[in-house]
Amino acid sequence: MDLSLTTYLIVGATFVLYIGIAIWAKAGSTGEFYVAGKGINPIANGMATAADWMSAASFISMAGLIAFLGYDASVYLMGWTGGYVLLALLLAPYLRKFGKFTVPEFIGDRFYSTPARVIAVIALIVASLTYVIGQMKGIGVAFSRFMETSYEIGLFTGMAIVFFYAVIGGMKGITYTQIAQYCVMIFAYTIPAIFISLAITGNPLPQLGLGGTVGDGQYLLNTLDNILVDLGFSQYTVMKGTTLNMFFLTMSLMIGTAGLPHVIVRFFTVPRVRDARLSAGWALVFIAILYTTAPAVGAMSFYNLINTVQPGEIGAEEGNLAYENVPGWFSRWEETGLLGWEDKNDDGRIQYYNDDNAAFDDTAAEYGWAGNELTVDRDIMVMANPEIAQLPNWVIALTVAGGLAAALSTAAGLLMAISSAISHDLIKGVLNPRISEKGELLSARVAMGVAILVAGYLGLNPPGFAAQVVALAFGLAASSLFPVLMLGIFSRRMNSAGAIAGMLSGLTFTLVYVFIFKGWFFVPGTNMLPDNPENWLLGIGPQSIGAVGAVINAVVATLVCRSTAPPPKEIQDLVESIRVPRAA
Amino acid sequence: MASGQEQAAMAYWKENVRLLITLLIIWFAVSFGLGIILAPLLNNIVIAGYPLGFWFAQQGAIYSFIVIIFVYVFRMNALDRKYDVDEK
Repeated sequence: MDLSLTTYLIVGATFVLYIGIAIWAKAGSTGEFYVAGKGINPIANGMATAADWMSAASFISMAGLIAFLGYDASVYLMGWTGGYVLLALLLAPYLRKFGKFTVPEFIGDRFYSTPARVIAVIALIVASLTYVIGQMKGIGVAFSRFMETSYEIGLFTGMAIVFFYAVIGGMKGITYTQIAQYCVMIFAYTIPAIFISLAITGNPLPQLGLGGTVGDGQYLLNTLDNILVDLGFSQYTVMKGTTLNMFFLTMSLMIGTAGLPHVIVRFFTVPRVRDARLSAGWALVFIAILYTTAPAVGAMSFYNLINTVQPGEIGAEEGNLAYENVPGWFSRWEETGLLGWEDKNDDGRIQYYNDDNAAFDDTAAEYGWAGNELTVDRDIMVMANPEIAQLPNWVIALTVAGGLAAALSTAAGLLMAISSAISHDLIKGVLNPRISEKGELLSARVAMGVAILVAGYLGLNPPGFAAQVVALAFGLAASSLFPVLMLGIFSRRMNSAGAIAGMLSGLTFTLVYVFIFKGWFFVPGTNMLPDNPENWLLGIGPQSIGAVGAVINAVVATLVCRSTAPPPKEIQDLVESIRVPRAA
Repeated sequence: MASGQEQAAMAYWKENVRLLITLLIIWFAVSFGLGIILAPLLNNIVIAGYPLGFWFAQQGAIYSFIVIIFVYVFRMNALDRKYDVDEK
């Protein structure tokens, strides 16, 4: 069967599955719509959280990032998993005990303040909406590339699918759909990884294969280090950035992960406090299956790529692959424009090396190389894997379905967080507190529909700054929500003035720091300093500043709190009660 | 009676916070300590094909995070039962 037909069948089958689940899991009450009736099994919730969390970027782009950055990409691996330790230990069980529907609701109640709740809603919407643009783009791109349709048709199909299962099923529908999506994702990711690991190292477990040996008995990582140095790059396994920036970037990603509302709210859906703790553990297990495989996929597909274009001795005339001999997958990816070759020295062979390295220029000239001739888009590392490993068409089709599942599940989770903040926190909480249950359910569904339309519009007309804003979403979540949530639980004394001052100062500091380097509101040309390490404060980049913003938030909150009146007695009792699992 | 309950609640919270701090120190040590700050030094040691600092950063830290959370779950469940605050 030809590839595009197989792809249509497999992707179509997964869509039928998602819609079927939505009809089966229709939400009948606000409790079911917002938190799935608090009846989700902790292991199932862990799986749904994993799908919710792992976005198109985790599935498609992360391995490529690891391939080209080597050790330095560890910030993403540790940052996006280590945040779950913070979530499990510092937030999840207490927010579950609080037992309501949304993150802004906790902030509003704990700090007995409607302004605090509104600030939390704004932080939530800004962080979630910017994040959802990336998912929408992922859906459109995956469709147009693999289903041979236009970007728009791909995007509309994705929107319609999300609309159906999110609007009908609410959190309940999303949860069960995400479980199915997790299964699709993880099969799609690990099957090609197992085959590529077997082919290169003879070990079926990619996690062990990464430390394994290649054909000539040398360790894979050692071989990669040597080839890269011979081609003028830095070693794969050593640090290329600064320790300080790595430290802050990892910390920002961890705190950001723990502060992103669409992840936090997943822990509201389990029956008991101890299920919330357990569920965070299972979420990390399911995430780790992909996150410990990704470094192997990155290193191995990169090794494959280099070996393909440089099959012989480096520097020898015959050492580089003649263009007429390229394998089939190479030509197929050339057609997409994601792989490119330009014969700069007219020898009909492909040279791939680091032509930015001035110290390597003489060596390259000696070899007769006139510049790097191969351009590779990082994203093909995962998507081309099954073809490189010569796996059957259904595996390639499964990879497409996996990428779509990753984007759809994260988009649905984010849209859910946005719509419940609007219907529950703004409409019911502020504008019309006396709205009926039925009215609130309807407004939640309408808010979801509108959120999907806005996300779709932004997917069609992505603002130029979309890519930068995704990194910013983490900084915002880290510097605004996480510190006050934590202080609200661990400090009985923390009051509304402290929380509001903390959130505003953390947010403002992070935004201003990012705007100084990226331009005010991301308008090109308005940046006040060039965005390079020499200008950064202590060498901390704009993407890593969220951790500093979080510290500022906590310090300001504590100082303001000390000089103002303590919270009322019933709030102190509330804090006492969320600290113990059993209901009073 | 009320003061006895209050004391128990305080003792429960104290033990909880002590456990949290211990686990967070381990969390920090395996990721920021072994995976970043000491990584260049640890890379001189190669075990099963992995430079050790690189292994901690790309594999070991993640496995440690899982262990940390499950130890927390196990210990908190025991603590809940000890102070009789677990959910029935």
